[in-house]
Amino acid sequence: MSTRIPNTGRFLDKTAPATFTFNGKSLGGYAGDTLASALLANDQMLMGRSFKYHRARGAVASGAEEPNALVNMGADDRFEPNQRVTTTELFDGLTAKSQNHWPSLNFDVGVINNYVARFLPAGFYYKTFMYPRAAWKHVFEPIIRKSAGLGQAPKARDADRYEHFYYFTDVLIVGGGIAGLQSALAAGQSGAKVLLLEQTANWGGRAPVDGAQIGGKSADEWVTETLAALQALPNVTIRARTMGAGVYDHGYALGYERITDHAPEMDAPRHRLWRIRAKQIITATGAIERPLSFAGNDIPGVMLAGGVRDYLINWGVAIGERTVVVTNNDDGYRTALTLHKAGLKVPAIIDARPNADGDLPNQARERGIAVREGRGIAKVKGGKRVLGVAICLQDGDGGAREEIACDCVAMSGGWSPVVHLWSHCGGKLNWIEEHAHFAPDPKRPPLGDTGEGFVVTSGTASGAMDTPEVLKDAHLAGKAAAKSAGFTPKRSQAPKATATTEAAMAPVWVMPKNATIELKAKMWLDYQNDVKVSDVQLAAREGYESVEHTKRYTTLGMATDQGKLSNINGLAVLSDALNQAIPQTGTTTFRPPYTPISLGAIAGEARGEIFQPLRRTPLHAWHEDAGAYMEPVGQWRRPYCYPRGAESHEDAVAREVTNTRNALGLLDASTLGKIIVKGPDAGKFLDMLYTNMMSTLKPGRCRYGLMCSENGFLMDDGVVARIDEDTFLCHTTSGGAENIHGWMEEWLQTEWWDWKVYVANVTEQLAQVAVVGPNARKVLEKMGGMDVSKEALTFMGWADGTIGGFDARVYRISFSGELSYEVAVPASQGRAFWDALHAAGAEFGAMAYGTEALHIMRAEKGFIMIGDETDGTVIPQDLGLHWAISKKKTDFLGKRAQQRSFMASTERWQLVGLETVDGSVLPDGAYALAEGMNANGQRNMQGRVTSTYHSPTLERGIAMGLVLHGPDRMGEVINFGRVDGTLIPAKIVDPVFYDKSGEKQDV
Amino acid sequence: MSNVVSALQGVSADGYVEVQEMGLQGMLTLRGDLSMAKLAKAVKAAVGVEMPKQRKINLNGQTGAAWMSPDELLLIMPHAQATATAAKLTKALGKTHSLVANVSDARVVFTLSGKGAREVVAKLAPVDMQALKKGEIRRSRMAQVPAAFWLSGKDEITIVAFRSVATYVFDLLANAAAPGGEVDAY
Repeated sequence: MSTRIPNTGRFLDKTAPATFTFNGKSLGGYAGDTLASALLANDQMLMGRSFKYHRARGAVASGAEEPNALVNMGADDRFEPNQRVTTTELFDGLTAKSQNHWPSLNFDVGVINNYVARFLPAGFYYKTFMYPRAAWKHVFEPIIRKSAGLGQAPKARDADRYEHFYYFTDVLIVGGGIAGLQSALAAGQSGAKVLLLEQTANWGGRAPVDGAQIGGKSADEWVTETLAALQALPNVTIRARTMGAGVYDHGYALGYERITDHAPEMDAPRHRLWRIRAKQIITATGAIERPLSFAGNDIPGVMLAGGVRDYLINWGVAIGERTVVVTNNDDGYRTALTLHKAGLKVPAIIDARPNADGDLPNQARERGIAVREGRGIAKVKGGKRVLGVAICLQDGDGGAREEIACDCVAMSGGWSPVVHLWSHCGGKLNWIEEHAHFAPDPKRPPLGDTGEGFVVTSGTASGAMDTPEVLKDAHLAGKAAAKSAGFTPKRSQAPKATATTEAAMAPVWVMPKNATIELKAKMWLDYQNDVKVSDVQLAAREGYESVEHTKRYTTLGMATDQGKLSNINGLAVLSDALNQAIPQTGTTTFRPPYTPISLGAIAGEARGEIFQPLRRTPLHAWHEDAGAYMEPVGQWRRPYCYPRGAESHEDAVAREVTNTRNALGLLDASTLGKIIVKGPDAGKFLDMLYTNMMSTLKPGRCRYGLMCSENGFLMDDGVVARIDEDTFLCHTTSGGAENIHGWMEEWLQTEWWDWKVYVANVTEQLAQVAVVGPNARKVLEKMGGMDVSKEALTFMGWADGTIGGFDARVYRISFSGELSYEVAVPASQGRAFWDALHAAGAEFGAMAYGTEALHIMRAEKGFIMIGDETDGTVIPQDLGLHWAISKKKTDFLGKRAQQRSFMASTERWQLVGLETVDGSVLPDGAYALAEGMNANGQRNMQGRVTSTYHSPTLERGIAMGLVLHGPDRMGEVINFGRVDGTLIPAKIVDPVFYDKSGEKQDV
Repeated sequence: MSNVVSALQGVSADGYVEVQEMGLQGMLTLRGDLSMAKLAKAVKAAVGVEMPKQRKINLNGQTGAAWMSPDELLLIMPHAQATATAAKLTKALGKTHSLVANVSDARVVFTLSGKGAREVVAKLAPVDMQALKKGEIRRSRMAQVPAAFWLSGKDEITIVAFRSVATYVFDLLANAAAPGGEVDAY
């Protein structure tokens, strides 16, 4: 059984006990525990079930590489699935539940998959697509959906807050082991700005556990001193609980700081995403131990040898009372010696090498531990925990000679440098035969904007395996990075450390070497996705040669641990099956993040009220107070209508239209884009931007214009006012102001850079109110200040002046067909002006109207709306706007495109009005049916509805639509299809339904 | 309520850094060839400061000029003087190709005050706030909207954003300045 050993555990604060629950059971631990160490201290070896076969699983590692032990953490609005117990710090009140099982962890029905494993081979998922066709939908998909997935999806809104933090540094160092610390010191002493990140709460990495001696002191003492030295340097910032998550182009990196995960009672952001720009990045990311592939290597109690050592020294936890060590290298012996020193039994060290006579094996022998050379594990006995191992010859086929009872197996297949961050942005690797691992090739680093490398590795991450070389490499890395960042490193040496001698390791990818197929089918490569040696070999037999294809076919390395343990073992097995060298097979791509980061951290502050910017006009508060129903228009919110009491939206809209047509309507038009275009070439510029002629416009006058993209499609429209000889004010659509401003700048900056034109977007400088209806002039005359008579301010004219004491620019333009003025005042006075209009207009029936009334009135007049009549495929000619397309101009944006055969075709659908025969409202977007079917067996179409409304003025449904040869078919009745298959007949009519001659707006 | 009001009418929030909307500020956009002596002279006459260099802001009491792009300046003056200053500047520039626009009401101005002011900005803007010096201006973004900012005092930063997103920017700043969010990395 796994248990706590008294008086051990360098991370534990025994004065701070913590209570937590696992699957509802209350358990105890200490501050400094991880959830993994606390569970193990309580003999909770079984922590979850595997993904595919639902096999019993416990922790196999002690850190970020852990594939098995994922839990559902917390509850309700702090619930989060797939939390790694080895990186979860224990706190008082923690609640966790195991996942991927039903009905319980101990008794799981899904384990049946384990017994039908031969029906779930490599590529099972893809094979289900193949045959029979109907089986996927009705058999496989429902089953896979039910049995797949690890944790549950959270249901409640996340209670926590998150944030980003932009940080700039000369040197970023990822990893706070002895290498990272030494690199930080070497870089920091040059005066460079240094940021040092460590993913755990503790500094020093593995060195203290492995018993490193530095400068005659213990690693712990050296770490404490070095930390103090770093803290004394003002140019060095150090950050624990912050993982270097990814390295991106040009020295961009992400740091993932977990602020309150270990102390949820803190009132602070839970996670902070550091968005770092570094001149140089040092990855001091250490190494990960590889498992060995023997049958039953996934049974709880089989653990990495380094992990067994970590649990004992760091957290005072003995995984077992009797531990068999199985190894292919000398480092595994450290675990045996550590356990022995703590008084725990090590019945045997199984060494796959034919001879083990180095310093560490001899130390083990001296302590009376049996060393079994040339041996391997044939299989592990046990189900939910280890009961023993069967020993065989490593060179054999697994015929077991002997069994040893034990409750823990500590395995070591050698160490692989953590090359992920080096590789994220293109750093290349070399295969190192001596250690059977990939290590960074310093000659092929990720390249920055200058073509020089911007990442260097430090210590074990470089492939340095012993403390003296680790520190030497780290020291040089720190100095090199500082130098590349433009600083002069101090002349100094790395601290001296005590060397240890280790004999050569032997690559062992399958144990035993000639294992039978039955044994291989129980050798796990990828624990989390249940990929075994037999699966990779099957994939190779089925023709998968590329490691990337094999990864996807077998799902090797595709789980949330991204194959930290399985990668090298998997591609070694593949290489063997393909009969080629490992470097020839290569690795799969390393992608950020290093371990999963929370979605909250990625979103940062963007949630709730500040999920997205919401634009408000100066009158926004009035609309809200008036109970307006708001609709989004771009990022603006505009009043759709102002329902009164229990009034329906439809009734409110009808009231607003009727009142505007009969009395006085007031519209907040502040969102209209307003762009000043000024310069000697402004007229020439606008002639290119608009389809019609703008340069001939006289100061004091307005003209409606259309803008097309260079592909000829209509993209914006609005009224242009000429202010003076050199100055125009262009109104754009509400949603289009920023785009059109950018469009203008792009042409001016990239194509017509020699034209003398400046533009400025003044949309928000002005509050604009449309004063509309037969009483419009009366209210303005009552407020007084300027002459707005028919004679003084003619239709399509504008004038500056004052209205009721407000500085105003008044445009005599109409989008409703009524007598209409648009009045612009400074935004700071907008609300006061709006209030004054309502006060003065009360006697004339003043009433605010919203965007839906605006839409209906323009549709009654047959005016098009960008986004309704246009959808990016419509040209002005489709809309009967030939009158607004200049024939005189030699060029304008879109002209050439509009002359192309398809654009000039008479077969393009054309704008018409539509009146249903029965007076009802056509469904929006409905298609007009034509005879016959097309090549795809679909009904032929001859048109579609672009805008459709109930007109309160005409008391019937009116619509606009694009119809084949439409303008030539006036009076013809065509059928529109409803979704339910029935038809609505509608007559093709003129699109102007109301006041065709325009008398009402010109009074 | 006065006839002339700023977007948020002086709202404030107390976090570990104080956020304050500063009311109306006169602002002009001037576009033109910044290397022309005539332009520099007109700017000096209008707001009393020298032509700012790239990414710099020259302030003199309540007036000043900030570099916004190679052909754009932001001129600062009391709100009540903006119209007159615009007219004066336009007249002084005469036929010189340029554009003067009063943008006072298109903007909202905030200050952040407190020791953590720089780091609060750094939570929202991709700018090296540790390196920002007095007399420098950054035209950048805050989360999803444009913003410009400069050091306006010891532990004080002035921020200019668009009026329509005043509430969004205020909420962003108040959220970033909420107690518990101290980064303490500078």
